[in-house]
Amino acid sequence: MHEMAAGMGGIRTAGDLVARMVMKGMKINEAKKYVADKLGCSVFDLSDSAKMKEIRESLDIGTVLSRTNAATGMAAKIKIAELLDIKIPSVEKFKKLISI
Amino acid sequence: MKDSFFTRMGDGEGVWMSKAELEEEVQKGMENAVKKGKSQPLDKEDIDKLMDILMMPAKNVSVERGNEGVVTFDAGTLKLPVRSNIPVDRSTALMIHERILCSDTMELCHVDYSYKAIKNIIAEEGMAMEAAQMNCIMPIFYGAMPNMGLYTQPDGPVENWSVALPEGRIKDACDAQEQALELCKEDMIFIGSKMAEAGACGIQFDTIGASGDADAIAALEAAKVLSEKYPDLSITMGMANEFHLGMHGKLMFEGEKIAGQYPVRQIKSVEAAGAHSYGCVINTNSSKSFAWNLARSLTYVKEATRVANIPVLVNAGMGVGGIPLTNTSPTDCTTRVSKAMLEIGKADGL
Repeated sequence: MHEMAAGMGGIRTAGDLVARMVMKGMKINEAKKYVADKLGCSVFDLSDSAKMKEIRESLDIGTVLSRTNAATGMAAKIKIAELLDIKIPSVEKFKKLISI
Repeated sequence: MKDSFFTRMGDGEGVWMSKAELEEEVQKGMENAVKKGKSQPLDKEDIDKLMDILMMPAKNVSVERGNEGVVTFDAGTLKLPVRSNIPVDRSTALMIHERILCSDTMELCHVDYSYKAIKNIIAEEGMAMEAAQMNCIMPIFYGAMPNMGLYTQPDGPVENWSVALPEGRIKDACDAQEQALELCKEDMIFIGSKMAEAGACGIQFDTIGASGDADAIAALEAAKVLSEKYPDLSITMGMANEFHLGMHGKLMFEGEKIAGQYPVRQIKSVEAAGAHSYGCVINTNSSKSFAWNLARSLTYVKEATRVANIPVLVNAGMGVGGIPLTNTSPTDCTTRVSKAMLEIGKADGL
């Protein structure tokens, strides 16, 4: 219920991206601005599912609906790490496993 | 306009109150937090906003656009496969949260939600985390509780302080807690390390302080070690209580006494441990009204966010954060808590 009432919206919007910055210790408004700057959109757009669908599809960083040939799971996270300029532990581990 | 608003008691029972009655409950709840937790009172603008939220005619409410926060979970993968008994495994539960419920984060956890129990199955838990990380886009935590009481006899190796204390053997009780603290801390460092190496985005120390101040210190010291060892591992620390019980009473962390800490001091210890976010817990009094409980919780939370240098993620489930103490939390209360915590309490998430 909290998701509907007060959540960012997960991968339907930019919730997972903002959460990654909050998890690094950024306060919510700072995290939203950081993500919006990286995405090239406004902070207001971050929780707009229509706007974020377009942005997520264009960046190929995963959406709620499956699409042919689209990145999901680890592939999407590799792109998210590059986009946000952060280290994601599982991405680092995956790269090490495939020796890159 | 009819001066009667549907609201609830702290046990979830529905009641009708007038505006004056709601205002009186809000005032008394706030004063309780000011007196007990040495919090600053809510200002008039906050109280007016809270009254608006309490009197909104809609059954469920939500934050205004732009005021959203991030949602996190404790007992994450226990909710669908175990508590709701839906026949899906944990990895499916994670995907349901990501793709259907659209959670911002999620937590992988074991049915025995204690670090001590997980030590026996850490290899399998690590593999579950590896698989989850391959499939999920959103951040995935691993979480459990310190549950330091598990280290006591007859099941554990350490003398049971709950036996020693009533017998007046204070020193024995304190010694036992100090021994258990070390064992508990080492287990949490071991499991946190294995999960970091499995690729977890974060570690959650949940319900810290459930066995008192030594329990909280075990988690704080483990967090300090892990935050230095794995700088990219996010650490979040959720409390057991609105204040740390002084089962030992004299233990210190980074120069601060832990027993008796309320949120405004708890968060400073969590920051000192190098954790990245703080899970604030305010207990619901089931004999008081929802208005009383929410005003009281908000007063504590606003004080914590005022001094915080890291995000504050308010625990807002059954029996905490103003939400009634019932397993089926009424959504009218749940959503009012969501809105109030973010818009008045200035929390970063839930």
